[in-house]
Amino acid sequence: MLEKALKGGRGYWVWIAFLLIVAATGFFFYLRQLDYGLGITGMSRDVSWGLYIAQFTFLVGVAASAVMLVLPYYLHDYKAFGKITVLGEFLAVSAVIMCVLFIFVDLGQPSRVMNVLLHPSPTSILFWDMIVLSGYLVINIFTGWVILSCNRKEIPPPGWVKPLIYLSIPWAVSIHTVTAFIYAGLPGRSFWLTAIMAPRFLASAFASGPALLIIFCLILKRYGRFDAGEKAIQALSKIVAYALATSIFFVLVELFTAFYSQIPEHARHFQYLFAGLEGHHNLVPWMWTSAGLAFTALAMLIVPQIRRREGWLAVACTAVFVSLWIEKGLGLVITGFIPSPLDAITEYHPTGTEIAITLGVWAIGLMILTLFYKIFISVQNDIEGTRFKNNN
Amino acid sequence: MNKNKWGFIILGLAIFVIGITFPFWYGKGKSTPPPLLSLDTPAITALTEKRCVEDTAFMRANHMKLLDAWRDEAVREGHRLYTAKNGRTFEKSLTGTCLQCHSNKEQFCDRCHNYVGAKPSCFNCHIIPGEVKQ
Amino acid sequence: MTTNRREFLKIAGASALTLVAPAILCPAWAKENVITPSRALTAQRWGMAVDPSKCRADCTDCITACHAVHNVPNFGNPKDEIKWIWTEPFASVFPAEDHTYQGQSLQKLRMPVLCNHCTNPPCVRVCPTKATFQRPDGIVMMDYHRCIGCRLCMAACPYGARSMNYREPRPFIAKINPDFPTRTKGVVEKCNFCEERLVKGLLPACVEACKEKALVFGDMENTRSAIRRLIESRFNLRRRANLGTNPQIYYIL
Repeated sequence: MLEKALKGGRGYWVWIAFLLIVAATGFFFYLRQLDYGLGITGMSRDVSWGLYIAQFTFLVGVAASAVMLVLPYYLHDYKAFGKITVLGEFLAVSAVIMCVLFIFVDLGQPSRVMNVLLHPSPTSILFWDMIVLSGYLVINIFTGWVILSCNRKEIPPPGWVKPLIYLSIPWAVSIHTVTAFIYAGLPGRSFWLTAIMAPRFLASAFASGPALLIIFCLILKRYGRFDAGEKAIQALSKIVAYALATSIFFVLVELFTAFYSQIPEHARHFQYLFAGLEGHHNLVPWMWTSAGLAFTALAMLIVPQIRRREGWLAVACTAVFVSLWIEKGLGLVITGFIPSPLDAITEYHPTGTEIAITLGVWAIGLMILTLFYKIFISVQNDIEGTRFKNNN
Repeated sequence: MNKNKWGFIILGLAIFVIGITFPFWYGKGKSTPPPLLSLDTPAITALTEKRCVEDTAFMRANHMKLLDAWRDEAVREGHRLYTAKNGRTFEKSLTGTCLQCHSNKEQFCDRCHNYVGAKPSCFNCHIIPGEVKQ
Repeated sequence: MTTNRREFLKIAGASALTLVAPAILCPAWAKENVITPSRALTAQRWGMAVDPSKCRADCTDCITACHAVHNVPNFGNPKDEIKWIWTEPFASVFPAEDHTYQGQSLQKLRMPVLCNHCTNPPCVRVCPTKATFQRPDGIVMMDYHRCIGCRLCMAACPYGARSMNYREPRPFIAKINPDFPTRTKGVVEKCNFCEERLVKGLLPACVEACKEKALVFGDMENTRSAIRRLIESRFNLRRRANLGTNPQIYYIL
């Protein structure tokens, strides 16, 4: 099936070449980071995690969101999703690969990464995160690939795939829960020390992931001769609307607790995020953009007339994705360090090198995704083609 | 179409074969002479004690394992004394014990490590007594 | 303290025995090596008391001594900064105790801060490779050979006691101490309570360097140790003790 990724039109190859260039640029800058050390990034003694870990956190959510297709289709026999569950699984695969790469580029001593396996530490949440992420990767590669192969041969999937798919449902929840526990279990970081962290992560994941999937479906419909179907896209958009509403609700709940209790340790982080603290307000415009986009997108998604128009739906989904990327991919991780445990405010500015490496990892992820989707569409079109021939 | 496919397969196989045999034909004709080991250099004759922690054959074969074990025992378990097979005791310390006699890292460590292509990272942190910036 | 006579004699006898025992058991070791079990300072739980009121203004003796002994680099910028012991104002060390009417002397006080060698250390709990671990005597240690540089311990430490080697440190060490290794780029480091000195029978470098005797180091479990008597007799605070980390640096105020 892999050979199907090697046949494509001009647009396809230009896109692949573009991604290769971005990835190669990222790799070049990674070699520089390897040589100089992580000091080449904007991370500091006070803000010791930055863009890389933030992207990792955000993308775990995108990966987990595949469950929003798998669950309705396999547990509730919701037929409309039958065509696109594989798309969700492949999105999960490429998102997990990006997660792993983001962790890797964030390591100070990447050559020692196997120490995590050589000296396993069950008390470390990062150890468990590695286990659940690699498990999730394997499950999704297997199920996605086997189901697509069976589709191609027009035979039902083998019996052993079903239990694996059922397993993938709680497993998807586990990857994002465990990722939230990395943050929520640290005693000194009041911003993250909240029991709602895991639910909040899941809610924003189930909004951003399906929103991305809708965007991809709309792109494939336009340029890829593949129609996911009106019903599937509308169902997905409702999932996005509910999840987004829940996500906004959870953030508001956090804001209430922080500001009504007025415990400085809790309130000061949110103050920094939304109003600025002692003259430092790097993230304030970002956060208000995020909030504005989230509420606009919610308003658009809950009105059926707007949601049903593809153009508006694309705009709303993009708004959801960008809003939650800012919320989780920028605000959540960095603000945990500001102010520091010693009450110092150190701003964080990602450097050019850091951004180039980040884009490089995204390019690798998008490339893997493109190849998977290309194979998927070729297989679908072949099936349609043979059916068309047989009918005539 | 079929012919085309075979072309691709053969091309792929050719790239694969060239790739995995690269080190052989790249290094062909070149030869690096093994380092000549001399046991009566001025540095060695100046030493009063000419015996290492264990005997030469053991050290040659196992020094890396010994150092790894010392590392973990000294840092992690706080066991800092090593009792050799003949009963003598030593402090488990690279700079403090090994390098006190093997003071010439370039001659003693690097020549063999370079020859066999081993790149131990010990000296990224551990200090060679003679090379300290004063 | 209401220790009765019998109790006292028991403790005294046991303590004396621990001092003599190693010398009796392994007399051969005493000759050939610097490190001998009889010389090493040992404890059930090491701790430190800090009396910041004794500190001279702008004194950096403890910092200088520690950073010189441990080859701590100076990059000259706060972003990449590495520090094992440093000073902070009262309001940063004890934010919960700071208020408008707090006396000027206290508000102006800068006090030494360092790793708290917590009895329940979050950094040890989160480390995915056991590169940071707790010794039986309470010292929270770093195994620089094993650290992968993920910096989860830095996020976990509620005291900001950990530093990352964001760059190659060697070129930034003014004078390398050959008796202690430097670090390599990409690993996290912190105070080790001078375990390398304790084993040679020396007190921590900061304690030794302090002319004002503002730092007292000793065994918290030994009821007769100087530190224990000091802590029992003077009011003291520990940083963010409400987090359950059980820090072992006691500030006498």
